[in-house]
Amino acid sequence: MSALFTPQVIAALIAMVKAIVILLGVVILAAMLIWVERRLLGVWQDRYGPNRVGPFGLGQVVADMIKIFFKEDWMPPFVDKPTFVIAPMVAMTTMMLGFVLVPVTPTWGVAPHLNVGILLFFALAGLAVYAVMLGGLSSNSKYALLGGLRSAAQMLSYEVFMGVAAMGVVMCTGSFTLADIVDAQKGCWFIVPQFLGFCTFSLAAIATTHRHPFDLPEAEQELAAGYHTEYSGMKFGMFFVAEYVGVVLVSALLTTLYFGGWRGPFVDQLPWLAFPYFFVKTSIFIMLFILLRGALPRPRYDQVMDGGWKFCLPLALLNLLGTGAYLLWKQGG
Amino acid sequence: MDLVFWIPALVAIVATLLAVTNYNPVHGLLYLIVSLLAVALIFFRLGAPFAGILEVIVYAGAIVVLFVFVVMMLNLGDAVVEQEKRWLKPRVWAGPAVLCGVLIVELWRVVWPAGATHPLSDAVIDAPHVGVALFGPYLLAVELASMMLLAALVAAFHLGRHD
Repeated sequence: MSALFTPQVIAALIAMVKAIVILLGVVILAAMLIWVERRLLGVWQDRYGPNRVGPFGLGQVVADMIKIFFKEDWMPPFVDKPTFVIAPMVAMTTMMLGFVLVPVTPTWGVAPHLNVGILLFFALAGLAVYAVMLGGLSSNSKYALLGGLRSAAQMLSYEVFMGVAAMGVVMCTGSFTLADIVDAQKGCWFIVPQFLGFCTFSLAAIATTHRHPFDLPEAEQELAAGYHTEYSGMKFGMFFVAEYVGVVLVSALLTTLYFGGWRGPFVDQLPWLAFPYFFVKTSIFIMLFILLRGALPRPRYDQVMDGGWKFCLPLALLNLLGTGAYLLWKQGG
Repeated sequence: MDLVFWIPALVAIVATLLAVTNYNPVHGLLYLIVSLLAVALIFFRLGAPFAGILEVIVYAGAIVVLFVFVVMMLNLGDAVVEQEKRWLKPRVWAGPAVLCGVLIVELWRVVWPAGATHPLSDAVIDAPHVGVALFGPYLLAVELASMMLLAALVAAFHLGRHD
């Protein structure tokens, strides 16, 4: 037995347990968002929101989950079956894999020291688009196809400036690794020197999750439900969970990139403060996303593309140039 | 046996073959994505994580998205599947396949001369190395490529202007 439990094996087991805990935490948080979103929207719009099931309506989460698990998972006869099944899987896998990067606290995180770091998030965001496109394409329905088309056009317009915006942070840190990025924010959070980068990156981050005001692929008023019109049961549920997991992921990334991650006052003396700091910052962003949904109208399809290419991209490039010039000047080059 | 190399290598070959032989354009593109992801994994194993992740971001995440976008715009139906079936007769692909086979044997002999081995190196080529190489010895190539892209951009702008 002692040969089996070498220090490496034990370390690997501990890392696995940590990864599973983080995964479960994210999924539970995403499920709770079902209630949080409706309740907060209710409060902000001067109504109650779900408040009947359990204390404060918290049982709504359980009720919704039971409902969606036992719904008939019906596949329309006209769909392209393999792609129809793969699409929700891609949605959920890509968004959940993103949490591999996030350093939750100095010691908790799946792979915060990954050398490609933030680039992996861009890769996953690029692949996540296939979920929406394949969902729209395989459904063989006009609304779903329009949703998929819009998603592709939207993705092409925000992905470029998202990468350029985040490169400002990478230049300041000198590393793609998220753990290094958090360490580099010891004195001053990157929101201060990278304000333009933050503005553009957060816009692109909302677009990544297809949340309002960038929910053109699933615009309820015009496209029924967009790319997931033909989905039912747990396949629809997976798209839904993927969206909430995406919200949690981009909130955690915004916290990590621009708001110091788990850093905060007295965190060096009291290490247990790291998680509360991270959790509170991430929650603020999640709530901001929900408030945006309740507050803003949806721009038109061409307005999103115009805004992406003609406004956000120049802004992100300006930020990149400014950061580069400043860093060179500081080096005395 | 380096499984981290051989498994993605096998996946890449099988997926590429399926991408070529598939009748349905969307399924073919899906196999192409799998093939690109497998090649990215090979890059990671060869110690080039930056090249690997760029393979995913640029090829799988942007270029194939454009392919799928075009397939969506064309709204291809069963007629295309029939057309592909007609095109994929042995009479059509046998000749090119034999010639490519000859080239593969040649490549095999060049890369793997009798008795020589190419052990995988563990040296990591990271983003700074790539950047220094691009803006050092390969600066001219980078500038030429950027000028070509600018020409494409101007042309696309000209074609897409409203009037």
